[in-house]
Amino acid sequence: MKVIIIGGGKTLYFLCRRFTAKGYEVVIVNRKRDECVQLARQLAVTVVCGDGSDEAILLEAGAMSADAVLSITPYDQDNLVICQLASIQFGVPRAIALANDPENAEIFQKLGVSAFSTTDIVGSLIEERAFLEQIVNLLPVGEGRVNVTEIVLEADSPVAGKFLKDIVLPENALVAVIIRNNQPIVPRGPNQLLAGDRVVLITLPENHGPVMEVFTGDGK
Amino acid sequence: MKNSLYIVIVGCGRLGAHLANQLSLDGHSVLVIDADEDAFQQLSPAFSGFHIVGDVTQKAVLEEARLKEADVFFATAREDNVNLMVAQVARKLLDVPKVLARIFDPRREQVYAKLGIETICPTSVAAEKFLLAVAELRPGRGEGAS
Repeated sequence: MKVIIIGGGKTLYFLCRRFTAKGYEVVIVNRKRDECVQLARQLAVTVVCGDGSDEAILLEAGAMSADAVLSITPYDQDNLVICQLASIQFGVPRAIALANDPENAEIFQKLGVSAFSTTDIVGSLIEERAFLEQIVNLLPVGEGRVNVTEIVLEADSPVAGKFLKDIVLPENALVAVIIRNNQPIVPRGPNQLLAGDRVVLITLPENHGPVMEVFTGDGK
Repeated sequence: MKNSLYIVIVGCGRLGAHLANQLSLDGHSVLVIDADEDAFQQLSPAFSGFHIVGDVTQKAVLEEARLKEADVFFATAREDNVNLMVAQVARKLLDVPKVLARIFDPRREQVYAKLGIETICPTSVAAEKFLLAVAELRPGRGEGAS
């Protein structure tokens, strides 16, 4: 797997460390000469100094044989153009742009470029944790396609005192384990949920919100 | 076609300001956007249009400019990539009928022609004029075949 990453700063540095640890071949493109020198010293990667939205620089970085291009500069216009060049001129199979302005994520998608917004991702993580105080643990597994969430049932939970078979859950969700007095129980229909139970839930990102509502109630 | 067009210009540098002044004089409704407040000093006293201080790579600024209602959109910001981005938004997402972007790098011009974005490259335009001057001086040689 060969990945070209355009950008700088700590995010880039730690991403590169993660990718190289997985055995990926990483090439960094950065405009600033001194940052390039630093990166080349700290990481086992190839560093190309230049403007990533310049075709010649992308060529030098090996765009012809790259499996993915990840553009994470602080400038949305550069991220868009870099990804468009990578896919149009070099046929890179995956070009992903950071949208610094969250509204640009949608715009980039409409223009045919995969995009993500760190603000959106971090924001929703914080909201999930802050709004639902009962959540003690949230663990994405299967590359983020499945969530394992541990919550504590409050006395005012709509499901406290109910039998599992009477609780209507959205599709593709599961109560995996109930921990009561430090005893794990793998529940079946006749099991009852009680206030104070720690409940481990399996959800998907698309039904996570509705499932949480079932267990914690509306609004909060 | 309407007599007076709504024209949005991004970038109030030499080119943007010149276009804005001229088009305003011609009776069109002109709006200029630039991130730098001082840039608007280049607008002539006769300029009767509007201006917005803002970063055009933010959707909110383009919405404030009512770009969706524009008949013509010119992207003349200093950075090629800014022009390429907003020109695509104007043409592809907001359906502005006439969109033109100034691009300094001739290589990028070809790429964006593929994406259906009309561009003007000052280097290419100037080079053409220079070469034409040479060709006119020595008739026949510029054509090769004749």
